[in-house]
Amino acid sequence: MNFKTILSKFLPFVGLIFVIIISVIAILIQDSSGEDLSSFLSFDNVKTILIQTVVVGVAALGMTLVIISAGIDLSVGSQVALATVVFAFVINGGDVSPDGVSHVSGAMVALAILGALAACGFCGFINGFLSSKFKIVPFIVTLGTMQIFRGVAKWIAGGEAVRTPSNAAQSFMDYDGPLGIGLGFYILILSIIVIGVMLKYTVLGRYMYAIGSSENTARLCGINVERRKIGIYVLCGLLTGLAGVLQYSFLGSGNPTIGVGLELNIIAAVVIGGGSLSGGEGSAIGTFIGALIMAILGSTCTMLGAETYVQEIIIGSIVIIAVGIDRLKHLKTA
Amino acid sequence: MSSRKVLHLDGVHKRFGPVHALRGVELDVYAGEVHALIGENGAGKSTLMKILSGAHLATEGSITINDQPYEPTCPQDGREAGVAMIYQELTLAPHLTIEQNISLGMETTRLGLIESITSKVEAALKLLGQDDLSPKTLVGRLNIGTQQLIEIARAIVSDAKIIIMDEPTSSLSTEDTQALFAVIRTLRAQGIAIIYISHFLEEVQDISDRYTILRDGETCGTGMMDGVTIPEIIRMMVGRNLDEMYPHVAHEIGDLVMSCNHLRGIDFPVDASFELHQGEILGVFGLVGAGRSEMLRCLFGLETLVDGQVQLANGVKLSEDRLSPKRALDAGLDLLSEDRKSEGLAQRMSIAVNTTLSALYKQSKKGFINLKTEKTIADKWAKRLSTKCHSTLDAISTLSGGNQQKVAVGRLMNHDSSILFLDEPTRGIDVGSKAEIYQLIQQLAADGKSIIIVSSYLPELQGVCDTLAVMYRGHLSEVQSVDSWTNDQVMAYATTGAPVSVSVS
Repeated sequence: MNFKTILSKFLPFVGLIFVIIISVIAILIQDSSGEDLSSFLSFDNVKTILIQTVVVGVAALGMTLVIISAGIDLSVGSQVALATVVFAFVINGGDVSPDGVSHVSGAMVALAILGALAACGFCGFINGFLSSKFKIVPFIVTLGTMQIFRGVAKWIAGGEAVRTPSNAAQSFMDYDGPLGIGLGFYILILSIIVIGVMLKYTVLGRYMYAIGSSENTARLCGINVERRKIGIYVLCGLLTGLAGVLQYSFLGSGNPTIGVGLELNIIAAVVIGGGSLSGGEGSAIGTFIGALIMAILGSTCTMLGAETYVQEIIIGSIVIIAVGIDRLKHLKTA
Repeated sequence: MSSRKVLHLDGVHKRFGPVHALRGVELDVYAGEVHALIGENGAGKSTLMKILSGAHLATEGSITINDQPYEPTCPQDGREAGVAMIYQELTLAPHLTIEQNISLGMETTRLGLIESITSKVEAALKLLGQDDLSPKTLVGRLNIGTQQLIEIARAIVSDAKIIIMDEPTSSLSTEDTQALFAVIRTLRAQGIAIIYISHFLEEVQDISDRYTILRDGETCGTGMMDGVTIPEIIRMMVGRNLDEMYPHVAHEIGDLVMSCNHLRGIDFPVDASFELHQGEILGVFGLVGAGRSEMLRCLFGLETLVDGQVQLANGVKLSEDRLSPKRALDAGLDLLSEDRKSEGLAQRMSIAVNTTLSALYKQSKKGFINLKTEKTIADKWAKRLSTKCHSTLDAISTLSGGNQQKVAVGRLMNHDSSILFLDEPTRGIDVGSKAEIYQLIQQLAADGKSIIIVSSYLPELQGVCDTLAVMYRGHLSEVQSVDSWTNDQVMAYATTGAPVSVSVS
C-alpha cells in the first residue's frame, strides 16, 4: 500500500483531526484563559455534538448507498418531514389532533415507527422506480419528488405542526442512555455497523459499488441493475424514515416544514466522508465522520459566538474542498 | 515530390504512469507526400497522433515543424502550426452549417460580429470537387463521406501544411474511398503533407508514397512504398512469424451446442443464422458498423432481440422476450465486451472484484462474501493467465491494456460458461499479449468450449478460427471452414454483400 492509497483511505480521519485542531486553536485565540476550551472539550459538549450528528448521520448512511451506486436523492429533507408527520399522525390514532388520545402504548410507538419507515420506504421506491424504469436522471426525479413529498406531508398535517401526546419516542434523543448519551446515538452506531458490514462483506454491497463504478460492467456480469437501483432507493428511504423518527424525537411533534435544505447537509456529510458523486466510492464510517465534522464545526461556531452564516460559509467551503481533493485523487490514477 | 522536410520526430517517448506507450519514435515527413503510418492496434499510433495534435505532451524527444521546435500543449497550438487532424470519429457539430463548422474555433470578428468566410469555404469545396455544396447546408444532412470532406475543407481553410488522417476510410463505401483518394492526390499536388493511418494495407499501398511502421511504441521500419510488399509490411508490424503469433492447440469439433435462426435486432442484425459446435472457434468478420457486435449483444440479452430462435443443446431455448445477461450467464453463455474501458471492466474497482463479479456465488454464502476466498480465486486466475500486477487488490486502471484484457478473460473463465462470445478480444493490446490471448482461445477450445470471435482484423480470425462467417449490414453470410474463404471473397462480402460462391479446393 503506497502513500497515496493510505492517504485516500484515511482522508476523512485526517480531516476530522484537522477540524478538531483548528477548532481548539480558534477557541484558544478567542479566549486565552482556556475556559471556553475546557467547556468545548467537556464531556457534556461532546455528548451534545454526538447527539447532533444523529439525524444527519442516519439519513446520510442511506444517502451513502445511493451515492455509491452513482445516484443522488434530493428528496430526503422532505422525506424526514413526512416521517415526522406520519409518525405523529399514527400516534394520534390517525388524526392530526392528539385530543382523543390519553395514553400511548409501546405497541403504538412501534406502529408509528413502522408507519414512518414505510412511508419513506415507499418514497424511495417511487424515486428508484421513476429513475430506473423511465431512465430519468435521479437528480431531476428527486428534485420533483422533493416538492411532492413535502406537499404530501403538509397535506396530511393540514398545513401545520401535528401535536402529539407524550410518548416513549420523545426521549430517544435525551441524555439518559448508557454513558448518559441518548438512545438515538446508539441507533446511529448500530446503523453504521450494519451498513458498513453490508457494504464491505455482502453481495448486495458489492453490487452497489459495481453499479456505481460502471453500470455497463454490472449489467454485463448479470446484475439486474434496474431492480437493484430500486432496492437501493428503498433502503435509502428506510434509513431516511428512521432519521425522521429521530427528528420527531427532537421536536416532539410532526412538522411538515422541518428539514428544508437538510438534503444538502446529508449529501455534504457523504461527500466529506469520501463518497464520490460519480459513484463507486464511499463508506459508512466515512459518512459518519463527515457528519461528525459538520457537527463539530457547528459547535465551534456556537462557542465562538459566530453567526450561522459563518457556519454556512465554512461548511460550503469544506464540501468544495472535499470534492476537489476527490477529483485530484482521480486525476492521478486516470 | 519535393525534398523539403516539414515534420521531424526524434526519439519521442511517452509514459502514462507505469505504461510506456511510446519508446522512441522516429518519423520524417516531407512536403507533398502521402506518408503511411502503419502499426497494429496498441502499437502507439493514436498516442503519437495525440502528441502531434497537442492532446498529450511527449515525455521525451524532440519534434520540429519546418525546423522550428513544436511543443503543442493544446489542439489550438497544433492548428496554428499548420497541423490538422481528421479523426476516425468525425468531430463536426450536426446543427451548424458547413461554413459554421469550418470556421468553428477560428472565427474572426469585426465589431463583435463573425466575419463571413463564405468565399474561402467555397474555394475549398471546389478544390475537393464539391462545387454544388452550399456553405449554408446543415452538416447533419450530409452523408458520412461528405462530412469527412468537410473536415478536410476545414483543414484547407485553416491553411494546414500537415493533414493527419486516422482510418479515414473505415466507414466509407468503395466509391467514397476512391473519391477521397482523388482528394488526397489533389492535396498532395498542393504541397501538403499527409500522414495516412490505416489498417487496410492494400489501400495504404495504393495511396502512399512512403511508410513508417510502429511496433510496441517504436519505429521499426521506414522506406519507399514502391520497394516493399504487403507480407513484408505485416512481418515488420507483427515482429514475428505468423506461426508464433497464432499458436495452435489441437482441438476437436464435436456436437452441435447452439443453433440460431434468423436473428433480428432493432437495427442490427437484420438476418443472422448459424450453428456452433463444441470446441469450435467461429470467427465473424465485418467492417465497423456491420452489426457483428450487436448480434452477440442480442444473444447475450444486452440488446433487444426482436425476432429469431436461439436453441441451446442443453435444452434451453432462449426466447426473445426473456433474454437478459443474468439468464444468458445461467444458460452457459458469456460475453467479453469490445469496450473494455466503460463496459468490460469497472476501471476503478480491483482486479479481484472484476474477476469474480459474474460468479460471486463462488465465494459467498447467504449473501456474505468471503474476501479471503475472493482474493484466492483472483490470484489463481492472475497466475494462470500471467497477468502482470503487484496485487489483485489494485485497481484495474493501473494495468496495461493487455493485462486488463487478461482480467476480463479471467472473469469468463472463472464463471466457466461453455459458450463464449469474444467481441474484439485483442483490441488495443500489445503484440505479446495478443499472442497469449490467441493461445488462450485455442486452449479454451481444446477444453471443449465453443467460441465466437468478432473482429475487424481478418488475419487474426484466419490465424485463430476454425470456421468463418462475414457480416454485411446486418446480414450474416454462411458459415464456412476458414480455409475455404479467400481474402477477396471475405472482402467482397464484407463491402458489398456479394453472394459467396466458395469453391472447395
